[in-house]
Amino acid sequence: MILLDRVSKSYSREGKPSLDRVSLHVDPKEFVIIVGQSGAGKTTLMRLLTREERQTSGKIIVGGIDYDKLKDREIPLLRRKIGVVFQDFKLLPNKTIYENVAFALEMVGISNHEIRNTVPKVLEIVNLTGKENRMPVELSGGERQRAAIARAIVRQPKILIADEPTGNLDPKHAWDVIKILEKVNRYGTTVLLTTHNQEIVNKLKRRVVSIKDGKIISDRANAGYKI
Amino acid sequence: MSKRRLITLWRIINTGLINFIRNLSLAVAAMAIMVITLTIVLLSLIVSFTFRHTISQITDKINVSVYLDNNLSTTQTNQLVSELKHLPNVGSVAYLTKTQVLKVYEQQNANNPQLIQAVNETNNPLPPTIIIKPINLNNLSAIKSFLDEPKVAALQSDPPSYSGQEKQAIDQITHATNVLQEIGVIAVIVFAVVSVLIIFNTIQMAIFNRRDEIQIMRLLGAGTGYIRGPFIVESIVYGIFAAVISVVIINASFQASSGTLQASSLGLLDIGYANSFFDSRFFELLLLQLGLGIVIGAVSSLIATRRYLKFKTR
Repeated sequence: MILLDRVSKSYSREGKPSLDRVSLHVDPKEFVIIVGQSGAGKTTLMRLLTREERQTSGKIIVGGIDYDKLKDREIPLLRRKIGVVFQDFKLLPNKTIYENVAFALEMVGISNHEIRNTVPKVLEIVNLTGKENRMPVELSGGERQRAAIARAIVRQPKILIADEPTGNLDPKHAWDVIKILEKVNRYGTTVLLTTHNQEIVNKLKRRVVSIKDGKIISDRANAGYKI
Repeated sequence: MSKRRLITLWRIINTGLINFIRNLSLAVAAMAIMVITLTIVLLSLIVSFTFRHTISQITDKINVSVYLDNNLSTTQTNQLVSELKHLPNVGSVAYLTKTQVLKVYEQQNANNPQLIQAVNETNNPLPPTIIIKPINLNNLSAIKSFLDEPKVAALQSDPPSYSGQEKQAIDQITHATNVLQEIGVIAVIVFAVVSVLIIFNTIQMAIFNRRDEIQIMRLLGAGTGYIRGPFIVESIVYGIFAAVISVVIINASFQASSGTLQASSLGLLDIGYANSFFDSRFFELLLLQLGLGIVIGAVSSLIATRRYLKFKTR
């Protein structure tokens, strides 16, 4: 599903690369946690996968798409296949929760009828039924992040990338979000989660990939994590 | 077009219209300058057509009169007429007998009975005349040299008349019209460029205000057209509004001028004709203005979005 082969990323010619010859293989329906301290290269890795950045060297293949052959105009099509959840939610502030989720469908030309059918179901999955008409500012951080997950999964992507989704949340809300990610994974979506929350990693007992200074230092199934 | 594309197109238009209303305060400057541009376009067009009409009215009255000898035979006359018809730059040739010339003379001087009486008393001294209407007033040399040939000159009682003074006046009007048209074209170009620049600025500010939204749209996989489209729709709406306002302004000024100005013309500018030209061509002019407004809006927003919305990844 996801293949990285000796991928490096440098932001400048001098100095250390943010990612240094990283190789990673993720199978379909897997749940992989990427851990590492701030500045380790987790976010760079995610930004390469969503093609916000281009790798300096190495090969990236996601869902059969070779990023080297990807043209600029094909990037939107790639992003529609990948659901992304951000630490800062990135909800549209002047749209209601319903409109935010519907927006992901509107821009690919889904009919209003289908949107009316799909959005409530997805909001139910993330336990936001009854809050459709609230504006993002009226919700708690956890609720906002669940709305962002709803938006990311409403198009039923094969892959969900969650970059520090619990970073801005208290432990209770953080755990709500993680439970929803597990639910999404059970439905068959490959989940890639980055975090530096030790408790979450240890409770989840999933495959853990540790990154330090831009390099993978360990990759273990059913593992824990210590800072 | 597939259903999905139609839905997307409709959503782009819808978003553009909503953004237009939301950014109205930002759009005022852009629309105002477009109104000025389009009003100048319309005004120069009307003035130019009115001048052309005035000139053609005057030129229509200009001709070359050849005064024939009283003793010319019909054969000689017919031959001269047919030769004249074959000359280059000759529009029409008409032969008037002595009696016809007298009639015309009487009509022209109807308010001067003494003159008519005097002419009648002398048993019609007016010569039979050939009236030549040239196609181009500025090139009479062929006609002139033919009439000056000795054998042709021998057939004439007096030297031909070329309506000399009138021609000079026409030359002056034509020159003035050309100068005005040039000024009009320069003004239109200057204001069109200023409009484009101001629309540029407006779109740049709109993009800046919505940069977060645009970034989120990109990350969610919105296509270039879906992000760019609403900005283009928005500027096209500026153009449509500006076109309608410019037509309304011109219409209102005609209404006002017909109420306040007693005279039907301002110097050489025949306001009466300008007004009737505007009324009779109203829908064509409106369409032209709409077309121009849409083109200015679309082109400037196409360039602005291409420049300020960077679609490439590093």
